[in-house]
Amino acid sequence: MTDKANKYALHLKQALENRRGVEPITKLDPAITIAEAYQVQLLTVDKKVKAGHRIVGKKIGLTSEAMQQLLKVDQPDYGHLLDDMIVENGGSIPFSRVLQPRVEAEIAFVLKRDLIGPRVTALDVLLATDYVLPALEIVDSRIADWKIKLQDTVADNASSGLFVLGGKPVKPDAIDLPQVGMVLYKNGEIMNTGVGAATLGDPAACVAWLANQLFEFGIPLKAGEVILSGALSAAVNAQPGDHFHARLAHLGEVQVHFVAE
Amino acid sequence: MDRTVAKQIARYLVSAEEDRQEVSRITLEHPELSVEDGYQIQEELVLIKLEAGYEIVGPKMGLTSQAKMKQMNVNEPIYGYVFNYMVATGQEISMRDFIHPKVEAEIAFVLGKDIEGPGVTGAQVLAATEYVLPALEIIDSRYENFQFTLPDVIADNASSSKVVFGTKLGRPNDFELDLVGVTLSINGKIKDLGAGAAVVGHPAHSVAMLANMLARKGLKLKAGQTILTGGITGAVMLHVGDAVSAKFDGLGTVDFRVTE
Repeated sequence: MTDKANKYALHLKQALENRRGVEPITKLDPAITIAEAYQVQLLTVDKKVKAGHRIVGKKIGLTSEAMQQLLKVDQPDYGHLLDDMIVENGGSIPFSRVLQPRVEAEIAFVLKRDLIGPRVTALDVLLATDYVLPALEIVDSRIADWKIKLQDTVADNASSGLFVLGGKPVKPDAIDLPQVGMVLYKNGEIMNTGVGAATLGDPAACVAWLANQLFEFGIPLKAGEVILSGALSAAVNAQPGDHFHARLAHLGEVQVHFVAE
Repeated sequence: MDRTVAKQIARYLVSAEEDRQEVSRITLEHPELSVEDGYQIQEELVLIKLEAGYEIVGPKMGLTSQAKMKQMNVNEPIYGYVFNYMVATGQEISMRDFIHPKVEAEIAFVLGKDIEGPGVTGAQVLAATEYVLPALEIIDSRYENFQFTLPDVIADNASSSKVVFGTKLGRPNDFELDLVGVTLSINGKIKDLGAGAAVVGHPAHSVAMLANMLARKGLKLKAGQTILTGGITGAVMLHVGDAVSAKFDGLGTVDFRVTE
């Protein structure tokens, strides 16, 4: 498997080197399993860590019913957040850092205690959370035209790109997370609205799912890590020059803009 | 249009409501009907209800979401009227009172002052609002298969049928109403959700648009009226046995059950 993982990790890397999306892995290898796809992801993350990058957290993807139906799956997936993915609130993203970016608004959890499966509950998540923040996730795919199946996005670090944390830290007891409303704007115009419950009913339940899922891989969620809990609405395409901002109830605003270079 | 015809069509729709009997949409027989004609028929329908002794609780807004406006190919919402007989008392509603009801979650505004257009803004609406409260609106088109054109639905009092109000009043300034998250669940399963901004960007903007639309007819919103601002969630079909519950961030929940 390591050979296979290596092969597909290199395949995905080509997308970044050539600045062009590559063929889906599921087209090259229709039989690839989800477990094998995670090995591709873990190998890629491992290489980045060995090259000096730091894991700062995790993200949960495919948390909406719409996305799950689209990819014909019945559970979320996850990816790793590394230090080179952080963009400061209000910052600029040169298009050279992305391929085919889309923007989603999310609730980010920052942990004060480790969360280790296999029986983590949503309440455990709230108790282990230091604070929550509004976030913009810039998802991106190394697969040409986003033609992904579950195994493709899993291998591709759950289509992670960049992320922005904004607003103000709010303690988890100060808000009712499933009821947090959100408005996402592109260039000042409302693109869509959402609410915490769009992430499988409860953002904290998504984080609990992640902790339990990671237990199978022997990976803990650690104190200090940032967890992006899932999109509150559909992802919106970004072009150079676009300015995005999201407002989340009680949590404040987060914004970013895209520039050509 | 001729007032006699408008009256006659209004009676046809009132009978459909009273008999809980779906009818053919009126534009099948009167394809020439305009939006203005639709409102003229609605005015006659309102007069019939007032003559029957019912009282207006307040106007309500419909087609306030981008999705619905696109579907109906319009760039402005519509309005109708909620009457006192439509306000549910108690936690049960009977399927016998409806043709093919759907439920949607909304924020209602109770006005402390009159609001008169044109040129009303959302900020003026908030200043004139005494309370906001959560509501479940049950819409029930009198038309077959819930299908209609714009003049049809306007004439049919914007499908108004019933309202279940929540019990918790809020002060408008205590909320960012466009960020109020709402979930609509039936039998414990979330059926739809949204934030206040789903209603023309902000529920107060919906009331402002209503005031400006009424101003074209020389009408105004009056202190004491309770106004339904439009669905934050989509409309979900109701069935006997449904336990319906909507949760509004900071405004509590609204619940009811559907009996036979």
